Amino acid sequence: MALFSKLLAKIRSSSTSESDWAEIEQALIESDLGAKNAREIIDLAKKSKGDQIDVTIADSLASWLSSSPRELAKHTERPTTVMIVGVNGTGKTTSTAKLVSHLQSEKRSVLLAAADTFRAAAVEQLQTWGSRLGVEVITGPANGDAASVAFDAATRAQELKIDYLIIDTAGRLHTKSGLMDELGKVRRVVEKVLPVDEVLLVVDATTGQNGIVQAKMFMSSVSVTGLILTKMDGSAKGGVALAIERETGTPIKFIGTGESAKDLQVFDAERYLDGLFH
Amino acid sequence: MFESLSSKFQGAFASLRSKGRLKSGDIDEIAAEIREALLDSDVAVTVVDHFLERIKSRSTEALAELNKSTNPANAVFEIVSSELIEILGGSARRIRFAKKAPTVILLTGLQGAGKTSLAGKLAKYLKDQGNTPLLVASDLQRPNAVTQLQFIGESVGVPVFAPEVGNGVGDPVKVAKNGLIFAQDKLHNIVIVDTAGRLGVDSQLMQEAKQIRDAITPDEILYVLDAMVGQDAVRTALAFQEGVGFDALVLTKLDGDARGGAALSITQVTGKPIMFAATGEKISDFDLFYPDRMASRILGLGDIQTLAEQAKGAFDSDTAAKLESKFASGEDFTLDDFLSQLEAMKKMGSMSKLLGMLPGANSGAMKKQLEQFDEGELVKTQSIVQSMTPIERSEPKILNGSRRSRIAKGSGRQVSDVNSLVERFSQAQKAMKQMRGGKGGGQLPPGMGALPNIAKKIAPAKKKSRSGNPAKRALES
Repeated sequence: MALFSKLLAKIRSSSTSESDWAEIEQALIESDLGAKNAREIIDLAKKSKGDQIDVTIADSLASWLSSSPRELAKHTERPTTVMIVGVNGTGKTTSTAKLVSHLQSEKRSVLLAAADTFRAAAVEQLQTWGSRLGVEVITGPANGDAASVAFDAATRAQELKIDYLIIDTAGRLHTKSGLMDELGKVRRVVEKVLPVDEVLLVVDATTGQNGIVQAKMFMSSVSVTGLILTKMDGSAKGGVALAIERETGTPIKFIGTGESAKDLQVFDAERYLDGLFH
Repeated sequence: MFESLSSKFQGAFASLRSKGRLKSGDIDEIAAEIREALLDSDVAVTVVDHFLERIKSRSTEALAELNKSTNPANAVFEIVSSELIEILGGSARRIRFAKKAPTVILLTGLQGAGKTSLAGKLAKYLKDQGNTPLLVASDLQRPNAVTQLQFIGESVGVPVFAPEVGNGVGDPVKVAKNGLIFAQDKLHNIVIVDTAGRLGVDSQLMQEAKQIRDAITPDEILYVLDAMVGQDAVRTALAFQEGVGFDALVLTKLDGDARGGAALSITQVTGKPIMFAATGEKISDFDLFYPDRMASRILGLGDIQTLAEQAKGAFDSDTAAKLESKFASGEDFTLDDFLSQLEAMKKMGSMSKLLGMLPGANSGAMKKQLEQFDEGELVKTQSIVQSMTPIERSEPKILNGSRRSRIAKGSGRQVSDVNSLVERFSQAQKAMKQMRGGKGGGQLPPGMGALPNIAKKIAPAKKKSRSGNPAKRALES
């Protein structure tokens, strides 16, 4: 495998020095995998011999990946409902727009709900995307009730027999329990009309170890079904997403790589793992 | 922020303290623990190792000296603390005002770091100090970033120069330049230019940032940094330093539980100080960054100074003076006083944020309790007191069964809630009486008065009091 070429060159030479190991450890930690995970890989590598090393490491990394399905849920008899959640500034609204574009390329019809009623101009931001992509956006009054916007949108989605309803929610720090409760409420209210099929947590690739706590807290309040890993076009490796997968079993479903609506890729495990160590 | 970091430090130092005399092996041991803690906090590997080198060499050098002191562990602690303060930027730095107005401030950073929100907070902060800032909307990239800035400007009462609607249309360099001319015309003494977020690797957008910079020659370029950022922080910060350059950092999203180790890394690697910190969603959740306070937070000493300042701000001087004279004259502390305290506390912001500044607040047990703190409790308590007559408030002794049940009905609570409040209050009253004999705490409201003394002791995690709420108590044990 190409991914560990540098690592392996070091290990294969019979005399791997302490400073070589330190360098490898540094590379692993710098991918945001976490110090504990990095040490585990090093320990594995130290124990393995020669040709077996890359297989051992690749297998163990692959085993950290979640076994849950990575395809977006799809229902034919009713609208499929997707909630987009995450902390502030990770790129929820942009990811929502990208997801619309992705679904449109599969000839699906989409309705958007602007349930971020908190951040100034968030609704307008989504409306701008809506008109660019030719998709109706359901809105409510500024600082209004996010759940009621989502409810209206769910009702409308059902009337229109839309394929996908995507609900963009306000960014919130996972430590704000009041706001996290609100997210649970949005979900419950939507479910009076339609089941919520996907809750996608948007994680910024530049995020450090705090991402793990974020994921856990969001999981416990809205049962996240997948991750969208954004800003992968920068220099950050996004290793925290693998740590999240390992810790919570939530699969990465999409990778965001830019600011335009087309910049969204379906998760490719090999490419992702490869990128971690480059 | 830095929370887990401080609990790890506390654990490490507690075991060091139990040792008495130190050997050099003990220092290696604690260094390993600090390393783990710092890495988990997203401090860059190279910075961590550099930091530990210094700690180890300073401690080992001073080992003989350390062991002469009455508490060698505390002496090591002092070394760690002073090194942390040094990395975090020494003494706090302020905005440099231009000799000839307007002072021009340029904001840069990654997408989603919080530049636009920060622009509003900074504008409000500067306006409150008597300045006349102008916001300039040069983020023409992100859809409706301009509208967002206009909304924010309106809510803080600061004019926004926004000739372009944005959404990918218009020239940000021209907007910045014309914004400066507009400010000179209208005699604004400060100009804050909001720019589009960009990645460190995006050379085209970095070039644009440079053009904006050259067009307006800012007095301060502030790099806005999300406290949650990981190991990439250093690489990106260096790319910005090289690309557009910056004079200081602003840390955002500090109200989360991110440990913010990246801030440590960047100040170390770029040599630039952290100037401001944004600590919440409200426009007023913004303050200067104090390295010494942050260091003491990291070390689990709590952020007493900030707490004291907020308390001072929230209690109007009349109330404070009244409470103080009452306290001194030996008068009983009444439920009315308690009510005005509650109101002042609500003004100070969320309880969990306030309590988070206390010494030991970041230790595991206390942190768990903080996370479970129900902000609604304050409102409930307030409603109970408000349902009492003035006489009941000054003489809670007369609260018999029928009065209590009336109060419960009036406040929409259970009689047991009223009982527990009265019980807690009479305990507090007793404690106040005892404290009066001892040392009070200057400007601080009663009940908080003794805290600064705790801070001086460099105490390990305080043993928490048991919660009055049975459900919480069950969770704690």
